[in-house]
Amino acid sequence: MKPSVLSVALAAIAMSCASSTASRAAWEPVRPVEFIVPAGTGGGADQMARTIQGIVTKHNLMKQPMVVINKAGGAGGEGFLDVKTSSGNPHKIIITLSNLFTTPLATGIPFNWKDLTPVAMLALDEFVLWVNAEKPYNSVKDYVDAAKKAPSGSFKMGGTGSKQEDQIITVGIEKAIDAKFTYIPYKGGGEVAVQLVGNHVDSTVNNPIEAVAQWRGGKLRPLCVFDAQPMAYDEPIADGKAWKDIPTCKSQGLAMEYLMLRGIFMSPKATKDQIEYYVELFKKVRATPEWQDFMKSGAFNTTFLAGPDYAKWIEAEEKRHEGLMKEAGFLASAN
Amino acid sequence: MEELANLFHGFAVALQPYNIMLMIIGITLGVIIGVLPGLGGANGVAILLPLTFSMPPTSAIIMLSCIYWGALFGGAITSILFNIPGEPWSVATTFDGYPMAQQGRPGEALTAAFTSSFVGALFAVIMITLVAPLVAGFALRFGPAEKFAVYFLAFCSFVGLSKEPPFKTIAAMMMGFALAAVGLDSITGQLRLTFGITELLNGFDFLIAVIGLFGIGEILLTMEEGLAFRGGNAKINLRVVLHTWRELPAYWMTSLRSCLIGCWMGVTPAGATPASFMSYGIAKRLARRGNNFGKGEIEGVIAPETAAHAAGTAALLPMLSLGVPGSPTAAVLLGGLLIWGLQPGPMLFVEQKEFVWGLIASMYLGNLAGLIVVLTCVPIFAAILRVPFGIIAPLILVLCAIGAYSVHNSTFDVMLMLVFGVLGYLLKKCNYPLAPLVLAIVLGDKAEEAFRQSLLGSQGSLGVFFSNGLVSTIMALGLVALFWSAIQEGYSRLRTSMA
Repeated sequence: MKPSVLSVALAAIAMSCASSTASRAAWEPVRPVEFIVPAGTGGGADQMARTIQGIVTKHNLMKQPMVVINKAGGAGGEGFLDVKTSSGNPHKIIITLSNLFTTPLATGIPFNWKDLTPVAMLALDEFVLWVNAEKPYNSVKDYVDAAKKAPSGSFKMGGTGSKQEDQIITVGIEKAIDAKFTYIPYKGGGEVAVQLVGNHVDSTVNNPIEAVAQWRGGKLRPLCVFDAQPMAYDEPIADGKAWKDIPTCKSQGLAMEYLMLRGIFMSPKATKDQIEYYVELFKKVRATPEWQDFMKSGAFNTTFLAGPDYAKWIEAEEKRHEGLMKEAGFLASAN
Repeated sequence: MEELANLFHGFAVALQPYNIMLMIIGITLGVIIGVLPGLGGANGVAILLPLTFSMPPTSAIIMLSCIYWGALFGGAITSILFNIPGEPWSVATTFDGYPMAQQGRPGEALTAAFTSSFVGALFAVIMITLVAPLVAGFALRFGPAEKFAVYFLAFCSFVGLSKEPPFKTIAAMMMGFALAAVGLDSITGQLRLTFGITELLNGFDFLIAVIGLFGIGEILLTMEEGLAFRGGNAKINLRVVLHTWRELPAYWMTSLRSCLIGCWMGVTPAGATPASFMSYGIAKRLARRGNNFGKGEIEGVIAPETAAHAAGTAALLPMLSLGVPGSPTAAVLLGGLLIWGLQPGPMLFVEQKEFVWGLIASMYLGNLAGLIVVLTCVPIFAAILRVPFGIIAPLILVLCAIGAYSVHNSTFDVMLMLVFGVLGYLLKKCNYPLAPLVLAIVLGDKAEEAFRQSLLGSQGSLGVFFSNGLVSTIMALGLVALFWSAIQEGYSRLRTSMA
């Protein structure tokens, strides 16, 4: 972190000279922008934040440097509280995942997304049902039959974190097919995929980017995607199959849909100019070829939302999470 | 043959000019860190770790591991010249090294120490080269139960093998477990022991604990003892080196034995300190001039140094292939791997070939570079000790504070570091070992997580820890290590009664 701190300091000195001459017409950052990641290094949110940082730097999209800082403590609570308490500081933005909803609901930390200023939705992350390629489950039907036949609780589902998206999906599947799984939480998506390769769990709901290496290596098999329509990418990945060839779970009789927000928020009390600046910045980021490559490598759903549409979407999603988590008994007060 | 090709590819990676530069910087920094009392290899790596976040992971680990080897080399310098062990594992080196220096043979002692270090490290690296690919293929069999068994073995070997009374080791370890429990419980997703304090959401970072316990604690101790450095004349020229080298082959048996002890202790995560003591003890019992040990016997320098370096190097194998550190410094390096997004463990050898073999190649080259650096620069490094403690101590303190701050950019952590410093001082005064405490902070929550994941999978049955040959063997080894001294005592009693 030291070089970044140093560069922050140097840039701050440089800009304190320049800022006096900046025009007041439209807002622009006058200090380095802190880009908070409420998750550990190497995870999906972190990879995306670092990709954005690289794009912004390479294409000179911002006059100020962008500094990525991980604040993963308390399932991301550390990061959210940090931005919440930086009221009126427009030089702090945060990338969110589903823990925007799940962490305050599950841990009861004093935080709600309304404490922050919504900026834009960058993409939605897909979830895929994976099994070990050695197992005889070639379709969702084989899988569901096997899960139902197994003694209650002996079928093991591996996932990232506790009472977060992976476990919510697991509970959804249990409800949809009327079976009981044992959910085993691990620290990160990569580890989950490795445990599935080693046959220590029976299935996972890894994001595409977490498991694609193992799929390519012939170790894992995707069964279905938890989205309303198949993914858009038709380039073959393994065995001549592309992301597009993975059917939706719903079409296979497994009625569960889930997508994870990859969105940007900023500190409370941001002005309209400031929000506008970041929305424009991320529009520019999305137009670069690097971003499109990144979207392809992770088979992301590239929906973009900003302004009132974005806020409306979050509100609906918050309600949905509250419902899902209440049903599953994951709310802090219920414990 | 594929491994050899990988290794040569690794040499190509390590021999890039940028990496060679980092290697030399790392060795030099490491030697300085090793020379400075109170600033061990673990601290050095911990403090410098954040500096490497912007480098590519392969370059970063090359530099950090070179600091590690530099510290192993550097620890011997102060032990021999001033009877101040710069590192815990060079305590045993002082037993014969310091008398040799007093007898006017510092050159011989230093040359013997450095050369033995090199031999020990080389032996361990060759072992890693040959065994690592085997370990990697076999590592996929590690589920939660097997992982827990390995952690169990690590904790047990600390209790069974350390020189401190086992109950003090266990007490220190339990304190570590308690500290590791703070923060988010990853199995239930609930907060534990945070008392509503936001700063504690993240738990206690082991980097902060290590910097405080070792760095600040050592300074407090040194201040209390009013330690003054007495400068020694450490002139060393090529003739002494050659003269000593001619003598060394006679002690091949001691070297070989020390290498084996070192590798064993490094792979079971006991580390370099017990390895050096054990090797010294056995050499004393078996050497022809064993009675002369402690009076300036060159063999008494060779044995602990060879074992310490072999253990220090071998410690990296379990860290890379299993994700279990074999020494405090390896534990710090493990933290680094996670920060760079590399998942140490089974798939590292499969997915990150370039990284692993670049690192192994850098072990060969780094040690060679280290040997050359220390043999030529000894007078310069010794000069550091002529700077008064009053100047050195504040410098170390500032370095520690910067290190602690830069982990999370938080001043709370600096306070925490000071608290840990006082704790470290108190524990040392009461003769509680610090290593098990740090081990428990680093591995405590991982061990807990693996334990609970196993029980979730087995639906609560403890039988999962003896469910297959692999996990049963590791668990059994752990139990043997835990009760080692009792078993040994029983065995000797049995022998006396038989006779």
